[in-house]
Amino acid sequence: MIVLKIKYHTLILTGILVTLLFLSPLVIPVYWVILLSEILIMGLMAVSFNLLLGYAGLLSFGQGAFFGLGAYTAALMLQAGYENLFLIFLAGILVAMLAALIVGFFSVRLDEIFFAMITLAFGMMFFSIAHNWRDVTGGSDGLPVFNLPNLQLFGLDLTFYSPISMYYLIFTTVLIALFLLWLVVHSPFGLILKATRENKQRVSFVGGNVRKLRIVAFTISGAFTGLAGVLFCLFNNMATPEFMHWSFSTKPIIMAIIGGTGSFFGPLFGAGIFFVLEQIIIRYTENWMFFLGIILVPVVLFFPQGVFGTLQNRFFKQRSK
Amino acid sequence: MDFLLLNILNGLSWGMLLFLIAVGLTTVFGVLGVLNFAHGSLFMLGAYLCMQVMQYFDSFWLGLLLGPLCAVIIGVLVEKYLLKRVYNRDVSFQLLLTFAILLILDDGVRMIWGSGYHVVDPPELLAGIMTIAGQDYPVYRLFLIVIGPVIGGILWSFFHFTKWGKIIRAASFDNIMAEGVGINVPLIYTLVFALGTWLAALGGALAAPQQSLVPSMGEKIIIESFIVVVIGGMGSFPGAFVGALLLGLLGSFGTMFAGQLQMAIPYLLLAAVLLIKPNGLFKKGV
Repeated sequence: MIVLKIKYHTLILTGILVTLLFLSPLVIPVYWVILLSEILIMGLMAVSFNLLLGYAGLLSFGQGAFFGLGAYTAALMLQAGYENLFLIFLAGILVAMLAALIVGFFSVRLDEIFFAMITLAFGMMFFSIAHNWRDVTGGSDGLPVFNLPNLQLFGLDLTFYSPISMYYLIFTTVLIALFLLWLVVHSPFGLILKATRENKQRVSFVGGNVRKLRIVAFTISGAFTGLAGVLFCLFNNMATPEFMHWSFSTKPIIMAIIGGTGSFFGPLFGAGIFFVLEQIIIRYTENWMFFLGIILVPVVLFFPQGVFGTLQNRFFKQRSK
Repeated sequence: MDFLLLNILNGLSWGMLLFLIAVGLTTVFGVLGVLNFAHGSLFMLGAYLCMQVMQYFDSFWLGLLLGPLCAVIIGVLVEKYLLKRVYNRDVSFQLLLTFAILLILDDGVRMIWGSGYHVVDPPELLAGIMTIAGQDYPVYRLFLIVIGPVIGGILWSFFHFTKWGKIIRAASFDNIMAEGVGINVPLIYTLVFALGTWLAALGGALAAPQQSLVPSMGEKIIIESFIVVVIGGMGSFPGAFVGALLLGLLGSFGTMFAGQLQMAIPYLLLAAVLLIKPNGLFKKGV
């Protein structure tokens, strides 16, 4: 039995946050509910990515591939007429997980920039397939999804055509996924994973199998990224090859570093900051990327622990990680 | 047979351009230890600056001379005020910082020159078509095939036969030792980054008459240059040459034997090299 030591303020803050997220659709306009849905999905992707960067010290540049695999699996199953949402979630997760296992098997022996490059290479291979295999993936047009199946749960028949009900589907799924990821991070496995980041050699000396630990971490990260992809496909009614492109894979990196890679929730906040900034900036200019660059420079230079990490340290005077 | 020749020439001209970009990237990595994501944007900037100079003076050659020099000013500022702060930081911060610079440059160019296509005419001397073995071929591409090895040769001689070249190589082998024997390493870093920027921008200016100018033209070439640099071995000069030729020729012949999967070939190659020879096909050494 794992004994979880949860700090009081973490528990209270998480409770407040979950309550706010649960109640917010009652208060805020629909447009912001849709935005919040996207933040939660990309936040899940960023938190899963950070299992690699923040905990294992591995910079993956191919997360988009697993996101895309989840999305394509969902789109293909929906087009084929599958009605069971659970089955679709499960299939999307499994496909992404299997791909991550294979990619991870080959990639984790490398470090730093080499790891970034090989994951980029694998990601772009998946992108090439999605982009060129027109008969199955629809090529650059992507795969549209026309009807969303209902969900039969506890005798209720839930539909997801309204943005509000879609939000609650995403909210519930992301909440469960984040809880599972939180358990992973705070398990003995998570602890050893952090040790491999600090010193690979020492972990091997005391009998840890670094390669196996990293493969498991990569697979878990890929599975949850795939889940985010399934959600995004349902939310967006579309799976496109862009999900698998390296430029999409930079998004979780940006979000994780804006929020802070040192804390579990940092990347989720990073996703929030990313989308809210985007909304504010595109009101004034269409050159959002320019301003994103302008914002990223000081974040990288002066906030090594990210915005959330820095705030956390300031207010709780606790050492992150 | 003609088809073969055409493919070889196309592959070589693209490969030579790739070589100019990759050699700058690999030198910067070899010395500074930073893989510069914005290198492709400096290439793009070089093309636009060349075009701008041409509009003022109506001379391609002046554009080729002044455009890259203007880009060097930006490169020096980037190194002195931004990159300098992340040399000792984690690789993710270095990549993200240069990625931020990429975003700023790409969108900045879009703000100044618009997102539409621009076309640069080749100079009169190199315009037109030449007949090789009964095959018509643009003279400008032949010029690119020649200029690549020329610039490469000059650079190689610079690194091997001049004092400054040797100092740079020394700093890339062991910067602490170099500092110990009295070499001004921060200055070397700035100079090397300026050289890398100049090479990227020169490549851009040279590419301008051959392809249409769009702000995203750097994004395609940066990934291909990453592949070249990794295949050849990070920091390796001959590696960049061989890698660039390999990728250029694969690009032009790929459609012939791989059809639809042609797009995936460079990435397959990258993954294969990383798995079999993680340090690249050539050993390190600028």
